Amino acid sequence: MESPQNQKISIKDLSVLYGEAPALQSISLNILKNLITGIMGPSNSGKSTLLRILNRLTDLIPNILIRGQVLLDGTDILIPGYDVNSLRTRVGMVFDKPIPLPRSIYENLTFGPRMHGLKDRRQLDERVESSLRSAQLWDEVKDRLFESALKLSGGQQQRLCIARTLAMQSEVILLDEPTSGLDPISTAKIEEALQTLKENYTIILVSNNTKQIARISDKVAFFLMGELIEYGPADKLFTNPSHKRTEDYVSGRFG
Amino acid sequence: MKHLNPIIWQLFVKIQLWTLTSLTVSILVFIIFFILFNGLPQISWEFLVTNPTDMGRGGGILSAIVSTLYLIIISLFFAIPLGIGAAVFLTEYTREGRLTKIIRFGVECLAGIPSIILGLFGFALFVMSFGWGWSLISGGMTMSIMLLPTIIRTSEESFKAVPYEYREVSFSLGLGKWSTITRVVLPSALPGVVTGIVLSIARCIEETAVVIFTAGSSLRFPNSIFESGRTMAVHFYILAREGISMPKAYGTAAILILSILTINISAYLIMRYFMKRYS
Repeated sequence: MESPQNQKISIKDLSVLYGEAPALQSISLNILKNLITGIMGPSNSGKSTLLRILNRLTDLIPNILIRGQVLLDGTDILIPGYDVNSLRTRVGMVFDKPIPLPRSIYENLTFGPRMHGLKDRRQLDERVESSLRSAQLWDEVKDRLFESALKLSGGQQQRLCIARTLAMQSEVILLDEPTSGLDPISTAKIEEALQTLKENYTIILVSNNTKQIARISDKVAFFLMGELIEYGPADKLFTNPSHKRTEDYVSGRFG
Repeated sequence: MKHLNPIIWQLFVKIQLWTLTSLTVSILVFIIFFILFNGLPQISWEFLVTNPTDMGRGGGILSAIVSTLYLIIISLFFAIPLGIGAAVFLTEYTREGRLTKIIRFGVECLAGIPSIILGLFGFALFVMSFGWGWSLISGGMTMSIMLLPTIIRTSEESFKAVPYEYREVSFSLGLGKWSTITRVVLPSALPGVVTGIVLSIARCIEETAVVIFTAGSSLRFPNSIFESGRTMAVHFYILAREGISMPKAYGTAAILILSILTINISAYLIMRYFMKRYS
């Protein structure tokens, strides 16, 4: 049994409808601290929807209907009136495409903290350095912090986006297929960064790349057509899955 | 024609198009040179810093320059917040639908109103009903109505050009909708918004019909926005039309052309600077 202290996010009987079309069907899932939880499944399986519910980016989607509970440290984040902006500072998001804002590297990292009231220059500098170090980007950009972030390569931009989330001092990092557009070397660097980051953060990684999930996840959830088919330790899912459909998916028979 | 050698045909078309293009440009160049050739000899420091005397036969155009500046400032003061506000509403706060279509159609119609009609409207509303008389404030507010479509359309286009992902990033950094608009969308859209504003400034400088109806044509130096004033374009119009002084008219026209060129060129440079800085 998982002890409740380890639980960061607890999803209870979560169902999502886009208009009439169900995107997720009564999902229950406990996500643990200091682990990388991989979420895999073919397209349209509801992975991204689940991720976007966790920091309520789903609020932007019209005609979406959400039922159920999502507890973050025991508090339901889906209740009306919940402070969404502070939720999003705690639960950071890295998107599938690297999206640096059209500003300097430094400004990209300090933008969030400044908007939330951090003005002290020295503290901002510290956050920039520590988040860049954690995202393993510091050595590559330390001499050009004030150059445009758009000049970085795709892989560097994506690590910058991870660092941007770290600079917010988030507790949970959501990654939505963060390496889908990157070459293998950039991908390896990001995976390496995530491995060290899990010591301090709760990481949830959505990926179409089953091998990537297998490489770096501790626990894996397999989604299919909006249903959670199987959830368990990565070793078990990949070597000895309980469900036929999981086995078919990880062995590459479909998806 | 069918049996013409394609290479010769290409050459023929190329020459044709080149001629048409250079004809267009040469018209512009001709106008500018014609005005500057006649006007530049009239211009001196004296011309810029003295008020006109004897109906404009003597002196300079200081009061006209100041009136023009007043008109620009007043009309932008009203048109920028209204225009950008409307653009923000249209792009960020509503979904495309009947309402936005109606609003957009209204804006198009506003753009289509002949300036003389708009001048008459400003005369009836601000000059008469509000009792402000011929004054720079009446002129400025009427001008701002005229500028609205330009500012709304250019701002709207530039807001739309800001990638949707920037908004998602901003939200996911915990910014609210309003901070997202002011801190992320607006800065990214700024070059486009500034273009609209610069076009508006040029409109203020060159407009006559609206201004004659609403701001009047007093030659005196305007001491407040509640006084009448004669902008450079109106001054030029009256000098030329009533045959008061062609040399002074050309001098004014040259200043007009030069200021519009300066504004356009500096706007281009500023925009290029912004684009270059972060891309």
